[in-house]
Amino acid sequence: MKNNAPSKYTFVELSFEKLLNIASSITLFLIGAIFITMFHSSLQAIREFGIGFITGSQWDPVADIFGALPFITGTLLTSFTALIISMVFSLSISIYISEYLNNGMFRSFLKSLIEIMAAIPSVIYGFWGLIFLVPLIRNLEMKIGVMPYGVGIFSASLVLAIMIIPYASAIIYEVMSMTPKDIKEAAYSLGANKYEVIKNIILPYVRTGIFAGIFLSLGRALGETMAVTMLIGNMNIIPENIFSPGNTLASVIVNEFAEASGDLYFSTLFEIGLILFLITLIINMAGSRIIKRMYRPAGEK
Amino acid sequence: MEKYRIYKNRLFSAVITILTVISIVPLIYILVLITMKGIGSINWDFFFNVPAPVGEGQGGISNAISGTFLLIILASFFSIPVGLLTGIFLSERAEGRFSYWVRVSADILQGIPSIVIGIIVYIWFVKQTGGFSALAGGISLAIMMLPVIIRTTQETLNLVPDSLKEASLALGVPYSITVLKVVIPAGISGIVTGILLSISRVIGEAAPLLFTAFGNPFMNMNIFKPVSAMPLIIFKYAISPFENWQNLAWGASFILIVFILVLNLFSKFVTEKWKTQF
Repeated sequence: MKNNAPSKYTFVELSFEKLLNIASSITLFLIGAIFITMFHSSLQAIREFGIGFITGSQWDPVADIFGALPFITGTLLTSFTALIISMVFSLSISIYISEYLNNGMFRSFLKSLIEIMAAIPSVIYGFWGLIFLVPLIRNLEMKIGVMPYGVGIFSASLVLAIMIIPYASAIIYEVMSMTPKDIKEAAYSLGANKYEVIKNIILPYVRTGIFAGIFLSLGRALGETMAVTMLIGNMNIIPENIFSPGNTLASVIVNEFAEASGDLYFSTLFEIGLILFLITLIINMAGSRIIKRMYRPAGEK
Repeated sequence: MEKYRIYKNRLFSAVITILTVISIVPLIYILVLITMKGIGSINWDFFFNVPAPVGEGQGGISNAISGTFLLIILASFFSIPVGLLTGIFLSERAEGRFSYWVRVSADILQGIPSIVIGIIVYIWFVKQTGGFSALAGGISLAIMMLPVIIRTTQETLNLVPDSLKEASLALGVPYSITVLKVVIPAGISGIVTGILLSISRVIGEAAPLLFTAFGNPFMNMNIFKPVSAMPLIIFKYAISPFENWQNLAWGASFILIVFILVLNLFSKFVTEKWKTQF
C-alpha cells in the first residue's frame, strides 16, 4: 500500500477505517467513564461509612445518618413480588399463544397487544396505577384492617408486575416456539394429551429459557424507576409488611437528588446509584449468558 | 385412569385460558382508559398553549411536545452516527479483543437503569456548565438509544450475505464504498427499524430527564436552557392534586402512546416494504 502513489481512494479508505475505530471506541470509553464517574462520585460516602452503608437501617439526612438497607429491602421486595405475580401470568400467556391458539387473527392481535404494552412508558403505568389501582387497594386495606395508605410496596409491585408481563411473555413465547416440532408430534402420536405434552415435553425443553426470561425481567424490575416512585409511598423505612409504604434504590434518587444539600448527602445518593447499577449488571449478565448458551447449536461448546 | 387424564387436561386448559384473560384485561383497560380520558382533554389549546396556572383554565402542552421533539432530535444527532458506525464495525470485524469489549460495553450500556444515566449526565454536563439544559437531556437519551442502534445494525448487517460484498470487491470497488453502497443498502430496512425502535424506547423516558432537561413551564427552543418533555409533565401533573393538571397528563399520555404506536407501525411497514430478499 505504502509504495503506491497516494490516490484519492487510499485516503478515503484510511479515514473510513479510522472513523469506524473512533466510533467504536466511544462506546468503550462511555462505559469506562460511567464506571469511573459513579465510583468517584460515591467515594466520599464509601470512605465515610464503609460496609455499614449497606447494613445501616436508618436514613436521616438531617442528622447525617445514612443507611441504605431500607432501599435495598424495598427494591428486592417490590421486584421479587412483582416477579412472582407476573411469572404465573406470563407463563400462561405464552403457553396459551403457542399451544392453544389456532386462530391466526386472534393470535396476531394478542401478540401485537403484548408488543404495544411493552412499549408503553413507565410514567403512564404509574399514572394509571395512581388513579385506578390506589383507590382499589385502599379499599382492600380497609377490609383486611391494615393502615389504608393505598400507596405502598404492594401497589408498586402490582403495577410493576403488569409492566413485566408483556416483556417476560415475549421472551418465554420466543423460547417456547423453539421446541422442535417432531418431539412434540412424537409425544402426541403416543397418545399424550395437550397437558402432558406441555408438562413433559415443552416445559422441560424450555426450562433454561424461562430461567433466562426470569433473570432479564428481574433486571428490568430492579431498575424500574418512575412507576415505582409514583406508587411506593416514599417513606425511608424498612417495610414492615407487604402493604406498608417504602422506597427503592431508584425512587430515593428521584425524590432526594434535587434537594441533596452537602457533598456527603450527594455522594450517598451516588453510592445508591452504584449499588443499583451493580445489582442490575449482575442479573442482566446472568440472563443474557443463559440466553446465549440456549441459542448455541447443540454440540458446539 | 383414562378419565382422570382427560379431566386433568381440561382443567389445565381452563386454568391457562382464565389466567390469560385475567392478564389481558388490565392491559386492554389501560389502553381504553387513556384513550377515553386523553381524547376528552384534547382541544385546540392543548396543542398550541403552555400549561395554565392552577385555577386558570387548562392550557396546553405545546412546551412539552416541542421539548420532546427537540430532545429526540438532539439524541438522534449524537447516537445515530456513532451507533451506525459501531454496528458496522462489529459486524465487519467480529473477531478480536477490541470487538469483544465493544460488544460487552454495548450490552452493559443496554442494562444501565435510566435513573443512573440521568445522574451521570448531571455530573458530566449540568454540574460543569452550571445549569440544566436540553443538551444534557438529549445526551442522556442518546446514551440510552446507542446500544439499541448498535445491536440492530450489527444483527442486520450480519444477515447480509458475504457473496454480495465479495462480488463488489472483486469488481475493484474499494472497501469503504462497498460497505456504504452495497452492504448498508442491503440492510437498510433493519437499520431504519432499529433507529425507530430506539426512538420509541426513549421518547417516554422521564427518569433520565429529571436532572438533565429538568422541565420548563414555558416554550423553549434553546438547547442550553432547560426544556420540558411529555413524560416529565405526565410525572409532574399525575402526582399533583389539581384536576386541570391531571387532565393535561391524560392528554399527554394519550399523545405519547399515539407517537409510540406510530413509530412501531412505521417500523413494521419499513421492515416489510424495504426488505431485501437474499
